[in-house]
Amino acid sequence: MKFAILVNEGPYNHQAADSAFQFCKAAIDKGHEIFRVFFYYDGVNNATSLGQPPSDDRNVTKNWQKLAEENKVDLVVCVAAGLRRGITESNLAQGFRISGLGQLIEAGIHADRLVTFGD
Amino acid sequence: MDDMESGVVKKFMFVNRKPPHGTVYALEVLEMVLISAAFDQDVHLAFLDDGVLQIKKGQTPAGIGVKNFSPTYRALEGYDIEKLYVEAESLAERGLTEDDLLVDVEVISRADMGKLMAEMDVVLTA
Repeated sequence: MKFAILVNEGPYNHQAADSAFQFCKAAIDKGHEIFRVFFYYDGVNNATSLGQPPSDDRNVTKNWQKLAEENKVDLVVCVAAGLRRGITESNLAQGFRISGLGQLIEAGIHADRLVTFGD
Repeated sequence: MDDMESGVVKKFMFVNRKPPHGTVYALEVLEMVLISAAFDQDVHLAFLDDGVLQIKKGQTPAGIGVKNFSPTYRALEGYDIEKLYVEAESLAERGLTEDDLLVDVEVISRADMGKLMAEMDVVLTA
């Protein structure tokens, strides 16, 4: 099955980003395809290159980067939501790209299921 | 955006459950809705729980320093987004009637809202 994922919450404050990541990993392990992960609302903060979580904790941004690198997952950050929250090309973590909300609607059209994580 | 010409038309539903102010959810759902208009999809908007307050008349959020985006709901018609559904129970629970709303909507029961959601291809909520 072809999944699209929408992440609506930032890292650490909320489990949603971790759950989305675990879902993607499990889906890929089962042979499914992740068409795209779209980051909206505070979810854009998953894509900051400035985060420095303590070394004994998970690094949510690095988890996404690793997933994208190993499985060629398209990680898209909403430009408008990002600008509101200070996420720009200058502090965008590697592996993510900034684009418009059209990428989310397109993902909804193309994927068999669009799964939302967040409140 | 070659998908605009792909010819695939899905039933999209945006489910609004949160009040207009206090969080950014309502405003950013509205931004999703506006973009979806460009993709020629079958777009539906549902308002339930505190989400019915998003389309209540007489919003004056200037007092809390927030932009009043409620007039945008009235502009949706111009984007051919005309399928707006409000859950009757949510409205009644908040002491509101259809006359309190700033746009034309179809008021449907909670049970019918559930049935409508089940018919959708893509449900986006916040």
